[in-house]
Amino acid sequence: MSFSWAKPYEPKHPLARWLDERLPLPRLVYGAIGGGYPVPRNLNYFWNFGVLAGIFLTIQIVTGIVLAMHYYATADGAFNSVNQLIMRDVNAGWLLRYAHMNGASFFFIVTYIHIFRGLYYGSYKAPRELVWMLGLVIYLLMMATAFMGYVLPWGQMSYWGAQVITGFFSAFPVIGEPIRVWLLGGYAPDQAALTRFFSLHYLLPFVIAGVVILHIWSLHIPGSGNPTGVDVKDEKDTLPFHPYYTAKDGWFAAGFLLVYALVTFYVPNYLGHPDNYIPANALATPAHIVPEWYFWPFYAILRSCTFNLFWIDAKLWGVLAMFGSILLLFFLPWLDKSPVRSGNYRPMFKRFFWLLVIDVIILGYVGGAPIVWWRTALGQIAAAYYFLHFLVILPLVSAFETTDPLPNSISESVLSGDAREAPVAVAG
Amino acid sequence: MPAKRLWQLPAKGADQKMFLRAILGFIGFIFALALILSLGSGLKTYFQNPPAPLAAEEFHKEPKPLHLSSDGPFGKFDKAQLQRGLQVYTEVCSACHSLKLVSFRDLKDLGYNDAEVKAFAGSGKQWKIEVPSINPETGEAATRKALPSDTFPAPFANETAARAANNNALPPDLSLITKSREGGAAYVYSLLTGWANQQGYRNEKGEELLKKFPDAKTPPGLHFNPYFANLNIAMPPPLTTDGQVTYADGTKPTVDQMAKDVSAFLVWTAQPDLERRHAAGLAVALFLLIATILAYLAKQQIWHSDERPAVRETGVLDPENQAKTSRAKAKAKIAG
Repeated sequence: MSFSWAKPYEPKHPLARWLDERLPLPRLVYGAIGGGYPVPRNLNYFWNFGVLAGIFLTIQIVTGIVLAMHYYATADGAFNSVNQLIMRDVNAGWLLRYAHMNGASFFFIVTYIHIFRGLYYGSYKAPRELVWMLGLVIYLLMMATAFMGYVLPWGQMSYWGAQVITGFFSAFPVIGEPIRVWLLGGYAPDQAALTRFFSLHYLLPFVIAGVVILHIWSLHIPGSGNPTGVDVKDEKDTLPFHPYYTAKDGWFAAGFLLVYALVTFYVPNYLGHPDNYIPANALATPAHIVPEWYFWPFYAILRSCTFNLFWIDAKLWGVLAMFGSILLLFFLPWLDKSPVRSGNYRPMFKRFFWLLVIDVIILGYVGGAPIVWWRTALGQIAAAYYFLHFLVILPLVSAFETTDPLPNSISESVLSGDAREAPVAVAG
Repeated sequence: MPAKRLWQLPAKGADQKMFLRAILGFIGFIFALALILSLGSGLKTYFQNPPAPLAAEEFHKEPKPLHLSSDGPFGKFDKAQLQRGLQVYTEVCSACHSLKLVSFRDLKDLGYNDAEVKAFAGSGKQWKIEVPSINPETGEAATRKALPSDTFPAPFANETAARAANNNALPPDLSLITKSREGGAAYVYSLLTGWANQQGYRNEKGEELLKKFPDAKTPPGLHFNPYFANLNIAMPPPLTTDGQVTYADGTKPTVDQMAKDVSAFLVWTAQPDLERRHAAGLAVALFLLIATILAYLAKQQIWHSDERPAVRETGVLDPENQAKTSRAKAKAKIAG
């Protein structure tokens, strides 16, 4: 792998040697998540969320496969197959369904923490640009998968969510409406849309799993980043992934799953919307159509555009802004040109980072709540700030900011506790 | 040297990046501009013609608090109450509302035995509606008595029939009603006890509805109920007099009691898994708690063993670092 001191895989058992010569799969695993992958020794707990995202992907795939065995992808049968067959008649069907439903939310929670960790510690910077971009591809695939999964129970929010989201395409002039009809297989969501959403909802998680492999592969070339952002210099700076980080990830995952279990078993519908327990009805529009919470910030950006500027109408501005708000993240490695990775050593960047966090939380709040004039205004300011943050402020900050001195090495930063104490002790 | 063309990209890497940043910055400005103009036009519209206040917003009431034994993480159903609720549903609600997702056999959860469930479904005493079937000899359409494996039969053959019988309103299926309404059981309970006389009706602020909104008068055929989203509901009050049903267990059947009982019953119809979920949740949570503690101890042992290469874990939050820092500060007499 990446470092010369990485422990090579040495199979001891003859069977393991036999296998290694023919198919070195254990060698691959050992080098990827075993003792053969040296990891910076100073990772904090924010570095646990990548593994957690992998765990939630697995939970979603396993519960999803079993749910698919009982689900009917028909406009007449979908709602009852979920709410009668699975929730009442299938053994522990309610558990599978609630675990899958809340698993999606928790997958997004860990992914958002993972993304913001990357934003703060500059994980998108060279040489990890591709790790970042592949991560964004995973995120986009997750959004598509989650959206289509939400349509499957065929409740009111499923139906009207599908109506609104596919309606994005009709914002584009001339080609928009034909594309929308083509995607839906009809003029409104119906049987054709439901079956194809089900098919894609089953397919995309495996595509995600594939891109996850690329994401980890491209990470393992330079090796993991770390809270100081300083490159690994020698063996002193690293620890083998196993047993150190397997142990650290292990207990943290168990603790996080405990939180997930508490939500799943005790407030399983807290993160959902009551309207989705009403069967889909093309003739009755819900009072407030809102997507699931993890889309709220983007929904706020979409709804914020209400002004026809130039030859582009407000609806198209909304759609462009919403897609743009995610796509601009692909350019982040080149927007932020500061050579210092970690926000810990970037005083000005750090302030703007927290401003961005608050901004996104405001957008989420605005996107999930009913429209009121002051909330719309707040959302518009927050949305404008979002674009300015990434496309204007970040490049300027990285050009003008004076960064704090970096530690010479990871192990020096690790020892800084002692180093700080030493001179004081002498003086005292 | 050929003349540099306008559309030619800068050649050097650094210039290219500068060029990219300039383009993206410009795009950012355009988006911000579109949003700020949206803000301006939105505020202008708001202040030029502020939206009129709505009766449904100012006179709508939040559900009254309702405490059921199924509430909370250790909640269990009160089976006697569910049985009373079933009785209210059967004798009152089922005239118009279906319970399509619930099977008679599920009633065993309420404490009935097999014989009682069978009798309830098919004796024709409590349940007069029969299930569509086929005559085994002629193949013609027929009906039969319900079996425990059947779901509760719907009072109307289809939506059109339901609307025709109800002044064009559709009585919703009640199976999931406490999950599909904001407020759940408390909403159902409040609605069932919430019909009021619109004449002289005042909200908490003391404003009189018909004085403030003379146009908000309930149209004929609808009934005023401030717990309903738009204040006017098609359903007339179903529970009108104390003693409308006669409870076998001697509970006094006041309107309030009947409303509570049927709300509790509808929590069960929406979440028959509730008790199993609570019990399983406790086991899973305890298991994960123990797993977390054991895994944490294992992690501590691994990270603090002598086998670990020297140089300790880092970070200002590391307890050892914190202890050292505070000791050093104490020595140097620095506060904090």
